[in-house]
Amino acid sequence: MGLERSEIHGILKEKFGDAVLEDHVEAAEPFVVIRPDAWEEIAFFCRDDQRLRFDLLSCLTGVDYPDRKVIELIYCLDSTPNRHWLVVKAALPRDNPRIASVESVWKTMDWHERETFDLLGVTFEGHHNLTRILCAEDWVGYPLRRDYVMPETYRGIKNVIY
Amino acid sequence: MPDIKTEEMLLNMGPQHPSTHGVFRVVIRTDGEMVLESESHIGYLHRCFEKVAENNTYIQVVPYTDRMDYLCAMANNLGYAQTVEKLMKLEVPERAQYIRVIVTELNRIASHLLAFGTYGMDIGAITPFLYAFRDREMILKIFEKLCGQRLNYSYVRVGGVTFDITEEILADIQRFCDYFEPDTIKEYNELLSYNGIFISRTAKVGVLPADLALSYGVTGPSLRGSGVKRDLRKDEPYSIYDRFEFDIPVGTGEMGALGDCWDRYMVRVLEMTESVKIIRQALADIPAGDFCDKKAFRGVKPPKGEVYHKIEGARGEVGFYIVSDGTTKPYRVKARGPSFCNISVLDALTSRGDCMVADMVAIIGSLDIVMGEVDR
Repeated sequence: MGLERSEIHGILKEKFGDAVLEDHVEAAEPFVVIRPDAWEEIAFFCRDDQRLRFDLLSCLTGVDYPDRKVIELIYCLDSTPNRHWLVVKAALPRDNPRIASVESVWKTMDWHERETFDLLGVTFEGHHNLTRILCAEDWVGYPLRRDYVMPETYRGIKNVIY
Repeated sequence: MPDIKTEEMLLNMGPQHPSTHGVFRVVIRTDGEMVLESESHIGYLHRCFEKVAENNTYIQVVPYTDRMDYLCAMANNLGYAQTVEKLMKLEVPERAQYIRVIVTELNRIASHLLAFGTYGMDIGAITPFLYAFRDREMILKIFEKLCGQRLNYSYVRVGGVTFDITEEILADIQRFCDYFEPDTIKEYNELLSYNGIFISRTAKVGVLPADLALSYGVTGPSLRGSGVKRDLRKDEPYSIYDRFEFDIPVGTGEMGALGDCWDRYMVRVLEMTESVKIIRQALADIPAGDFCDKKAFRGVKPPKGEVYHKIEGARGEVGFYIVSDGTTKPYRVKARGPSFCNISVLDALTSRGDCMVADMVAIIGSLDIVMGEVDR
């Protein structure tokens, strides 16, 4: 079986030091908060390190917190050979959310990052095709932001709100 | 004779195409019969489930999860319900756990039957489809009796299940299992699995190596077809799956290449047998008692916190990330649909230069996608 969460967090802290800002091993879903500019390096390490071997990125979630003025990205990493699991968070400033794209680490991030860009307006630097994926190409605004107001019309067609 | 000139052509497959299993569009660059490159376009069915969830209470979200993977709605209900229960640290009654396992596995069979039937039809065999729908109908009838719905059940809810399962329905399920396994599955194999034409259309086509599959986040039968033994029911047993004995079928490369369309197809056929095994054990052990936690049915208000939970749906890892701010409405619900990741690998499979236009259909069918879940 794989490593305990505290051991995984320990490995990351040992390797990256102060790039790991917070360590919440006691939470219901233990997670580490990292410095956004170190994410790409950490991602490569998570995938390639023999103790970790996170070969599957399950899920990328973005959560908007207007009161804290941040958008939090949550990466859920999974290791099929070692069968352990890690949640990495990065808090980005809400007025200019930017983080490095990791599609070169896990190919699945191509679509996941496009989805997060589409719905939350996070820019992934270095992504080869950062365009809207679920909404229409000319859609205005980012629906999953908490202050999003649904437009009354789209291309002259009235939006019916029930 | 002068040299014949060939030209590349752009071909639009979809959004309305019978083999794309929903509104899905692929732009294919072809040179004669060969596909040079393909580009998938999704989003035609997008309704922003995640935004809708923010504006509804925890219980009101359940019917929206049905409409993601509408062919295996029980697994989506279960994934969502268990995530909220994990947030609330809620224990579900024993009987409800058994009912959940029985209905989820039945639904998995129904979903695989549809995949089996439509896959045959994609390749050009109409008959297996009729056989598959005959048997799928039996399962839908059972569900109709159980909760009044044929597809969008909303049956598994936070705290348990909506209605108790009666002795009569249990007998129906037992009868279905006896009818279905092993004879009917044997019939399927004779009809389609080992049919010469079917094999030549699917063997060594769309070969998906294990590392590529994992990199693209492919899970479920499509990943197991590549020989990776990963099934959350065994690896990280949720609910009461650790009490049952069953195997995890994986692709073996029996028809020439590991991870080809035939392997992915065959994993689903073999999985149906395993699901019947689980149902039989659950039917034998199901205890009497409550089928739900009555308090949770009246209202759900999880404490502040966030949690990710994943289960094995018919198509792969169904995951929910829920952030709660302590009110009756979720602050954020993220749904991870397996089809979304599974279909993203399509462009990589068809842009290697060895794929023909006819193989496109075989590859899309073998990934077994549900567009309701891709677009959410």
